Order: sequence, then C-alpha cells, then structure tokens
Amino acid sequence: MTRGLGQRRGLGAGRGASLLLVFLLGIWVASSGLLDQMAIYWDDITYLTRQHVFLVASSGGAAILLGVPVGIWLSRPSMERYAETVMQVFNIGTTIPTLAVIALSMTLLGIGFPPAFFGLFVASLLPIVRNTYAGLLAVPAHLKEAATGMGMTRWQILMRVEVPNALYVIFSGIRTALAINVGTTPLAFLIGGGGLGELIFTGIDLMDTGMLLAGAIPTAALAVAVDFFMGQAQLRLIPKGVNPLR
Amino acid sequence: MIRLEDLTKRFKTPGADIVAADRVNMEVPTGEICILLGPSGCGKTTALKMINRLIPPTSGKIYIDGKDTSQLDDIQLRRNIGYVIQQIGLFPNMTVEENICVVPRLLNWDIRKARQRAADLLDLVGLDPRQFLRRYPKELSGGQQQRVGVIRALAADPPVMLMDEPFGAIDPINREIIQDEFLKMQAELKKTIMFVSHDIDEAVKMGDKIAIFRAGRIEQYDTPDMILAHPANAFVADFVGADRTLKRLRLVTAEEVATTEVPVTARSTKVSDALQQLTVARARRAVVIDSDHRPVGFVTAEEMAGGSGEVRDFAHPLPATVPVRADLRAVVSEMFAHDTMWLACTDDHGRFAGVITQPDVTAALRATYGAGKGASDQARQQGSGRDQGAP
Repeated sequence: MTRGLGQRRGLGAGRGASLLLVFLLGIWVASSGLLDQMAIYWDDITYLTRQHVFLVASSGGAAILLGVPVGIWLSRPSMERYAETVMQVFNIGTTIPTLAVIALSMTLLGIGFPPAFFGLFVASLLPIVRNTYAGLLAVPAHLKEAATGMGMTRWQILMRVEVPNALYVIFSGIRTALAINVGTTPLAFLIGGGGLGELIFTGIDLMDTGMLLAGAIPTAALAVAVDFFMGQAQLRLIPKGVNPLR
Repeated sequence: MIRLEDLTKRFKTPGADIVAADRVNMEVPTGEICILLGPSGCGKTTALKMINRLIPPTSGKIYIDGKDTSQLDDIQLRRNIGYVIQQIGLFPNMTVEENICVVPRLLNWDIRKARQRAADLLDLVGLDPRQFLRRYPKELSGGQQQRVGVIRALAADPPVMLMDEPFGAIDPINREIIQDEFLKMQAELKKTIMFVSHDIDEAVKMGDKIAIFRAGRIEQYDTPDMILAHPANAFVADFVGADRTLKRLRLVTAEEVATTEVPVTARSTKVSDALQQLTVARARRAVVIDSDHRPVGFVTAEEMAGGSGEVRDFAHPLPATVPVRADLRAVVSEMFAHDTMWLACTDDHGRFAGVITQPDVTAALRATYGAGKGASDQARQQGSGRDQGAP
C-alpha cells in the first residue's frame, strides 16, 4: 500500500513536469515551424493513436479482469499457506524491465498484436494483483468478525465489507498498472504491435524531429489523460467513508 | 433465556491441548444481564463466541429460549443474536444508516421499515437522526460510534445479545455515561444479555448476575452482591479485590437505607414548639425546611433548650445534601468530605426525602452477611429501627 501511494505521488509530480514540458515544447515547436512538419503526419497520428488506445484498453482491461479476482483469491484464508510464495513470484516479476517482458513475449508469441497485448497485459497485471491482495489483507480483522457475527455469508462479507474497504488500495494498483501500461505501449512497435511508437522510433532512426514529436506528443498527452481520468475516478467512485481523498 | 450445558472447547496445539472452556454450565434468565468476568485468557470470550459459533464448541449444548441451537445453521443463528465487539466494528464504507440496517436487510426487511427502525434507534440513544443517518463512522466521536455499535446490534430486535467488552475502548467519563444509557435502555427492552468484561466495577454496575471464570471454569456464578459479600474461594476474593465491601456500596441507593421519619421544622417555627416536637419524636435534631420543602439547615435540642424566639435563630446550615437516588458510595464520599455522621437526602425536585447516617450505611453492608436474604432484610430493619432517633 505504501508503495502504491509512493508511486501515486511520483506520478503527480511527473504529471506536473510533463505538463510543463508539453507547454515548453509547444512554444518551441510553434516558433521553429515543426508544427507544420507534424501536420503532415496527421493521418498517421489518428490511425496510430486509435491502435495505441486499443492496445492500452485491451491489455489493461484484461489485466483488471484477471488481476482483481486473482488478488481476491490469494487473499482467501484457504490460500494463506501459498499466497506469500505466489506474491514473491509476482514481486520478482515486477523487477523485470518492461522492455524485457515485451522481448520475452515476442520469443513466445512471434510478432504482431498478440505478443504486444500479452507483454503489456503481464506488465500491468502485477501491480493490480499485488494491491488487491494487500488491500484485502489490510481490512481489519474486527470488521470481518463483526460481519461474521452479524450473520453475513462469506460472499456477503467479501462484497459488502472487504472489497469496499480495500477499494482505495485496489484502485491505486489499477492506476499504477495503467500508468505503466501507457508508458510501455510505444515499445509495442518494436515487436510489430503498432501504436504511436511507430512514429517515435522511425523519427529517431530518420533523425526527423517532426515525425518524432508527432508520436511523442500524443503519447505524453495520452499518459496525462489516463492518469487524470483514473484520479478523477478514484476520487468520485470510492465511497466517502473509505476515501482518504474526500 | 440462554442455557449452557457442559460447554467445552479444546484447542489443539503442537504441544498439548488447551482447554479454553471446561464443562461450562450456566443459565441466564430472560431479560437479565449476565457478566462473564475474569482475567485475560480465562475463557470468558471463548464461552461467549461459542454461543454465536464464531468459535465452534468441542462438546456441550447451548439452548436459547429452550431451543437447542445446534439445530440451526450458523447464518440464521447469528442473524438472530445481537453482537457487539470492543472495536465496535462499524463498517467504514457504509453510512450510519446503512450500518444499522445491515441485519434487517439480511433478514429481508422492507427497506422503508429498516430505515425507520434506524432513525428510531438513533433517537433512543440521543443522536439526532437527521444529523447522523447520513454520516460515515469516521465522522463520529468514539462514544457516538459505540452507541451506534450497540443500536446496530439491536436493529433486528434480537431476543439475545452478546457483548464482548463493548465499552472497553471508551474513556472513563464517557463509559459511565454510556453504561447508564445502556442500563436505561435495557430496563425498557429487557434483552437477555451475555456481556464479557474484565472490569469488576463494570460488572457490579451492569450485571444482574456475574460469572467469574478461571482457566475455562466458572469459579462462582451469583448476584454481584453475593459475589462481593461471599466470594466462593480465595481466587474470587482476590479477583474482586480487597475493597470488595466498599464496592458493595454501589449496589445500594440512599433511598433504600435513608430514614424518612425525621422531625422537620420551618424557620419561622417557635423554638418551644420545635422542642416539643423533638421530645415527642425522641430525637435530638430536626431538619429545617423552606416553603418548597427543601432542606436548608438543622437545629439540635441541646442548643435550643431553654431558648426562645424562632427556629431560624438556632439553625445551622447543612454541610451538603445527597440525591436520594445516589448510591451509597457517593453518599459515603460526601460524608467523608464534610466530616459528618449524617446527611440530608433530596428527591429529584430537591425536596427533603430523609436522612442517612453512617450507622445506616454500615447496617446496609452488614445486611447480607447474615444467613441469607431473610436475615438480611431483618438486619436492615433492625439497623434503621435503632438509628431512627439519631438525627
């Protein structure tokens, strides 16, 4: 949980810095005539952005759909003996650089959308599982005791007490995962997954600053937008009683 | 009514089995509060949690209102037993209203009925429903949270309540207030309550009966007065404390020992009339009252003897008065504070309600040291009879 919060604070500072960077870039780009160069790639930008967003949404969405239930499953008392071992494996997984994850998934699945999807999915799965598991374990035992003593079934305790009280931590994990996901997606181009990385890397290779920026600026804007959206969701969707932001 | 029959719990540990409850037998009559009291690790909480099967019993039976609870499934059993824990356990993700409505909703009550019930219960503990229903637990003080914790357990009107050190985490001042509120509520609701405590003072105050536990066994199960007056063994005597006789002072109110047949006189009464009155009553003192019947002072026969004029010329102010509903501990405390052998009592409206003397108090304490209840009543009557002339 502390790690989740630390990452969030880091992201907040990162967001401010990237906003400033975008602003300065804008001034420089407009004055140097780069804007016109970038406009040439407008069709590419829209097409690749759509591809990029689809990669983020599908791999991130799949990671949420699998990661939250796995985290819940690991937090069940019946899994107590194995959960820590499984979490250690997940923690080791987190230390692998995302570029390496992408490269490894290419060796498994070849090139194209599938390995890109799989690599991003794996990279974003870990924080979600970890935070879901940690968040559920952090729900005080006396709440569960009170719920049991009042006659809730196990499912009712999970859905009405445990998940709502862990929701903030789970959400922080999802937010972190999506930030990692958006930041890693440009690399998908390297294994033929498409996305805005195509403009960035080609721009670097051709020393074409206009092309580079045509990829980099939408990527940065997308990261800022996703983080902003997640922040707002975290603020508004989590009940007031368990939301430290409210 | 709750009846425990040979209730036993053994925990298996690598070394040896631990017996947390060893053939516990007891019965709590309907409408009474039974306190399970003892040092930590004595098995009192285990005994309590076996009733709603948070801890499954190893052997033995539990009957609630004559029905064997082993026939019921866990969920149904728990929904029909109110449960309050020390940490309160209000769900932080739910409003006060949602918290109170948990069990009614589990029992499929109509939502409007459940909400109405929540509002009524908040009213009952003096929290304004309009103000508190929509609040979250973190927006309440500790005392308010504990009140909500208690009424949440009462929400579905269960006949039986289990309370595990419910007031343990509250500061002493608020604890007294909440205990008093709870007793007032209980006088109306008459629930059958099992209540775990490690505080002898709380047990004496709250309990109709006290069960003292040691190492999984009941050492003594009796009324607070009997436990304080006649501890069954050295352990109980030790646990209730060397000042157990003083603790009994809390069990008796001034009303029960005060003498009401005391000569009273007004300030404007002639001294000769007052003296006459004292001679007839064979008393040495008279309490002076004002026109509203409030005690304002006293006069003694010796000082007035041979004097003339009105009573006011000889009256001394009263050092203090005590409410007739106060317990004897408060009365004795006042007596010691003012270095006096007697005090005037007042009723709820401040009117004179009798006189209480130190011999009255010691007679009351002596009362149950007889051969039982009959003897104690007799002793009390003798005591007050003899002291009648004292004021």
